[in-house]
Amino acid sequence: MAFLPEIILYTLVFLAMYVQIFFLVTLFENRKKIIIREGVIKLNSYPAVTIIMPSFNEEKTVYKTIRSILNLNYPKDKLKVLLIDDGSTDGTWNIISKFAKNPNIRVFKKSNGGKYTALNLGLENTETDFVGCLDADSFVDREALVRIMSYFAKDKEVMAVVPSVTVHNPKSFIQIAQKAEYNMGTYTKKMLGFLGAINVTPGTFTIFRKKVFDDLGPYKHAHNTEDLEIAYRMQKNFYKIDYCNDAFIYTNTPSTVKKLFKQRLRWIYGFLNNTIDYRDIVCKRKYGNFALFTLPTGLASIVTVCYLFTRIFYNIADFIYSKIIVYQTVGFEYTLPSFQFDLFFLNTHSYIFVNILIYSSVVFAIIFGRRMVEKKWSISYEMLLFLPVFSVIAPLWFMRAIINTILNKTPAWK
Amino acid sequence: MNKNVDWKKYFIVLLTTATLFLTAIYLSNYLGDRKINQLKLIQDKIAIDILSSETQFSLLSELSCKNISDGALANELDELGNKLEWGQDNLGATEEVSDLKKYYSLLQIKDYLLTKKISERCKVKSAFILYFYTTKANCSECEKQGIVLTTLRDKYPELRVYSFDYSTDLSDVTAMLQIYKIKDTVLPALVIDGDVLTGFHGIEELEANIKESFKLQENLNN
Repeated sequence: MAFLPEIILYTLVFLAMYVQIFFLVTLFENRKKIIIREGVIKLNSYPAVTIIMPSFNEEKTVYKTIRSILNLNYPKDKLKVLLIDDGSTDGTWNIISKFAKNPNIRVFKKSNGGKYTALNLGLENTETDFVGCLDADSFVDREALVRIMSYFAKDKEVMAVVPSVTVHNPKSFIQIAQKAEYNMGTYTKKMLGFLGAINVTPGTFTIFRKKVFDDLGPYKHAHNTEDLEIAYRMQKNFYKIDYCNDAFIYTNTPSTVKKLFKQRLRWIYGFLNNTIDYRDIVCKRKYGNFALFTLPTGLASIVTVCYLFTRIFYNIADFIYSKIIVYQTVGFEYTLPSFQFDLFFLNTHSYIFVNILIYSSVVFAIIFGRRMVEKKWSISYEMLLFLPVFSVIAPLWFMRAIINTILNKTPAWK
Repeated sequence: MNKNVDWKKYFIVLLTTATLFLTAIYLSNYLGDRKINQLKLIQDKIAIDILSSETQFSLLSELSCKNISDGALANELDELGNKLEWGQDNLGATEEVSDLKKYYSLLQIKDYLLTKKISERCKVKSAFILYFYTTKANCSECEKQGIVLTTLRDKYPELRVYSFDYSTDLSDVTAMLQIYKIKDTVLPALVIDGDVLTGFHGIEELEANIKESFKLQENLNN
């Protein structure tokens, strides 16, 4: 039993390494399929697309978001925009109602019922074969839609396309750290796209064939993560989700640790609870890599992060306790041992080498993701911030999400 | 949509991960072995130094005391002790580490006996403490006693502390335990100037004892 913590540690670290190598092998297999287009592209045909923009108290960003939609490089007569105010109490309605005269735009105001209700109102009023959502705190790149639509044109089986999301105008250190995280997200989602195993179709401009909702029904509350649930539902019904790495969306990210904590708590809680809701497909071969890879490794990563954090926390507490014992025993008379560099004392535990490999692959994921977004092959200062910041704070929302799941307490949106 | 699962890929990744994992373990073991070899080299050097000092001591009648050099030996023993302690925590309580620890105990006893003789013959100012301890699980006060002794050793460079793990399976350590009638129920135990002190003793009390020991030897010098 004394070895149990070590066995758990090595099993979890092995799994973490397995995931990273799985992504690297996937990248190697599909390296020639990753294209990063520059400039304007043309399609043979331009299907009509409806963009739903639900909003709740987004007066600071909503105007810019709408302008970015109207500025898309897509035929204006093929672009329908539904602006929905989900019972805002600020000036959001005043701003979006000014666009009512635009022939491509329809505006709606409803009492507050949550994002999924606003989206469903939009779906009820969608008449085109393609539909997408854009959160009112995000902005689309001019070429995003046409690049996404090229994926539908290329593959008739594709039912939804997820774009590449990056951080808009990062200012605070927490936003800068998130930029590296989003770059890593671009890499991992692209790999999951190759595996047919994407587990989220975010509200940041994922475009669907309308058939998805006609066949599978509207959005659900889904623990305040409707964008996760619809992806799970699609995977369960064998609807293909692809990832367009060169369609860029810029999103406003939480600027403080507290705001980030709330957002991530909702995401992780949503992942845990939607996975519980869809537990009947986990590890079932029939549902492919989504059921065999994405869901089990996602759950394992939550366990790993919580376990490692608890272990590190215990070690730190033990260290502090030992210093208290020293103080209680000899007071301030204790002198620190003089430091002399000696390679002998370098920790050469196998765990260290494995961790170096895992961290290297994480750094590679960030660099490669950055390459796909910014076309730069280099280490950025964002990633130097990301690793220490997220190592310390991420376990907190992971653990809180587990506690909330046990207590059946759904986190609020904001 | 067809949900094909590429089992071959799952297997290849498993194989690659296992290979990297085993490589990490091999590398760790290889470097661990090198560290153990380094410890053996230090011990051999100390053994030679002790032998050299013993030889010098035997020749003492023909040499003056100033020719006997033993100052460096204490530092070497300290270094070895620190490394062995680190090794035990980080390289695991392997048989090799356990053997090295026995050898270290033996070297400490030899150094203790020799230094004591030199001290008496050459009237060198020294203070000795023999410290018997055991694992944290079996001796809650041993950790604190260790901290007190480390602090004292730093404060008084001439002080020599020889630490012996009660559980060391070495006849010489057992003999010392029998000589001083120390049982595992009274640990930590200290021997200062022939007196046996059992249980935890604070820094003030031990410091007074050491000063006493210094005086005693200083008196001898006069």
